[in-house]
Amino acid sequence: MTLVMAPVPAPADPPEPARRVRTASSGADRVFRLSLLASGLTVLIIMGTIGLFLFYRGSQALADDGLKFLSTQAWEPDTHNFGIATVIVGTLLIAIVAVIFAVPLATGVALYISEYAPRRLRRTLINMVDLMAAVPSVVYGLWGFYFLTEKIIPLVRFLSTYFRWIPLVGIHDAHPDDPLQALTIYENSTFIAGIVVALMIMPIICSVMRESFTQAPIGEREGAYALGATRWGMIRSVVLPFGKGGMIGGTMLGLGRARGETIAIYMIISQVFQIQPEILRSGANTVSALIALRFETASPFELSALMAAGLALFALTLVVNFGASAVIARTRSGQLSDA
Amino acid sequence: MATTPPYAAGRHAAADPSPAQEFPGIAAEVRRSTSARGQADIIVIIGAAVAALSLAALLSTRVLPSAGPGSFLVVAYLAFLALYGVLISLQDDARAVRDRLASVVVHSLAALALIALVFVVGFTFWRARTALGHLNFFFSDMQLAGPLDPLTVGGIVHAATGTLIEITIALIITVPLGLAGAVYLNETRGPLARFVRTVVEAMTALPSIVAGLFILASAILALGLVKSGLAAGLAISVMMLPIIIRASDVVIRLVPGSLREASLAMGASELSTVWHVVLPTARSGLTTAVLLGAARGLGETSPVLITAGFGSGLNFNLFSGPMVSLPLATFVFSRSPEKTMVARGFGAAAVLMALVLVLFALARVLGGRPAGELSPRAQRKRAVQSQRDLARFTDREATRRHPGASAESASDAYP
Repeated sequence: MTLVMAPVPAPADPPEPARRVRTASSGADRVFRLSLLASGLTVLIIMGTIGLFLFYRGSQALADDGLKFLSTQAWEPDTHNFGIATVIVGTLLIAIVAVIFAVPLATGVALYISEYAPRRLRRTLINMVDLMAAVPSVVYGLWGFYFLTEKIIPLVRFLSTYFRWIPLVGIHDAHPDDPLQALTIYENSTFIAGIVVALMIMPIICSVMRESFTQAPIGEREGAYALGATRWGMIRSVVLPFGKGGMIGGTMLGLGRARGETIAIYMIISQVFQIQPEILRSGANTVSALIALRFETASPFELSALMAAGLALFALTLVVNFGASAVIARTRSGQLSDA
Repeated sequence: MATTPPYAAGRHAAADPSPAQEFPGIAAEVRRSTSARGQADIIVIIGAAVAALSLAALLSTRVLPSAGPGSFLVVAYLAFLALYGVLISLQDDARAVRDRLASVVVHSLAALALIALVFVVGFTFWRARTALGHLNFFFSDMQLAGPLDPLTVGGIVHAATGTLIEITIALIITVPLGLAGAVYLNETRGPLARFVRTVVEAMTALPSIVAGLFILASAILALGLVKSGLAAGLAISVMMLPIIIRASDVVIRLVPGSLREASLAMGASELSTVWHVVLPTARSGLTTAVLLGAARGLGETSPVLITAGFGSGLNFNLFSGPMVSLPLATFVFSRSPEKTMVARGFGAAAVLMALVLVLFALARVLGGRPAGELSPRAQRKRAVQSQRDLARFTDREATRRHPGASAESASDAYP
């Protein structure tokens, strides 16, 4: 902090090592600094106590369940048979499906905004993407439940019929040739929830990517053109390698957001309590949907178990997010904004 | 980015033919268009599109079984890509084909995303039209409306007020704390500030249901608060706080260091530097940060679901009784099997969406300028202000005649 500097003596002493900057802070300044520190600490404490409180409340269930908590699929806390295997796997599956759809879409939009769009359109497009991030999740949920679920059945049927050889895609007990087969088997699935979540996380991934794409140095771009590259050649050899950190970091951020999503998923899936790896088949579960379903009718012990599940989700998100910010910070793009 | 700079020599020659005489080898050139697209390209695109549509129409009516509009579009798109590639390859090499196809794919992905956005929002408003048509929807609560009652009874005024009260609580907590936190991150250096920044960044993706659980565990179970509007406001604050800090941090970081140093060099204290230089310079961006944070907080359902409870009446009491918010009302109504309740759910969602849109538009009108850049009106205001300052300084100079005022006391006298 450069403050009011004491008048430097004459520049007589030749090898001046490092000048001591004397800060003459007034009382008001000291109070100001202290209150800043206090607010910083408050923020830290609020954020820190989240984990502590969840752990404290969840410890009863964790102590009772031990390591079984991680491996049990069922969720029957009142008979002491419960675990988060189903919900963690379900959370990961939905997040993965979401990322699979969101990343290409986000890359396309980010490339369009940074490379293809006319200059005067750019601002509008960025606003649209920001707006997409601000649309409440319940609105996405409504769309997913009342529109997408119904309209997507032909696609789901097609995929499950012709691509059943891909692991996790086939439905073992679907009979597409049986006209009496109820279509409900294709509804409320991981796949549909994943698509809706993909729309929700796309803007986050996109804005991180766009920022790192636009910061690709102009000299290298022009160099690529001067060597005869087409626009796509330039993008592949300059923009994408430069933005790789942003792409990875953005994807991880999106993954974190996808894991935390509650209401839209809760509205779409039908919850099951065993690991359901067939993503097209009806039935899925996630940690947050489980909490939303159960907290109201929970006994004190089940509430403790739900807190423990929340803690697991919290820990998972934190780990991924620390990773993401580390990756983003390591790229060159992060430093340019620190002007 | 892609446009190559216009050839300086060409422009020069077009404006003034004399260089052509000086250098007889160079003929006078007209300015060339550097646009990458020519008329031929447009014709090729149109041709490929027409061919693809026809092919898709043929396939989906004669060959493919059970073709719906969805599969028609997919087939048409794939056919377009293939035909376009073939047409380009007739006159260009493989690199050009890849370039054009990549361009088509990028354009269509962007279009797809925008269509999805417009569609999701439009669908909500479209389905909400039956509920929004009744005036009572905006002015009454659900106390007298059972699940079977028609749309002429009941409304969402309780949810709308609940949302406004909860977001107000959240803003009262998060705006001072968030801005102070962001200033802390920027005006102090050291390991602690770095650590706080890392934690805040990691917390921006705090699952919203965890924010709700945290308030349930702390305020409700440990401190004895009941499920109420206050608890919901606190839960929303926990969720919004890192978002606001993060966004404000980015904005404050862009305030030029030279401004800050100029203020300090003129003898201002740190407090007045932050208050009179840093924050006003970043005001536009800070407004955006707060408004976008509010838009996020407004739309969150799950913290409210856990902490506010669900009721059907208007409730102004912060400390007791359920206080419904718009997203929660949307959620609960839309789970109902009754058509009218679902319509109410869509209505509530549309009102919520409208609120978010208003906040968003405000954020763009009030904010969105980079640090230090002023609108013409603000610039005029700034000029008037500095005239007034000048007058004040000369006045004081004249009355006090106290030239040896130290830097500190001068800055303290500065309002």
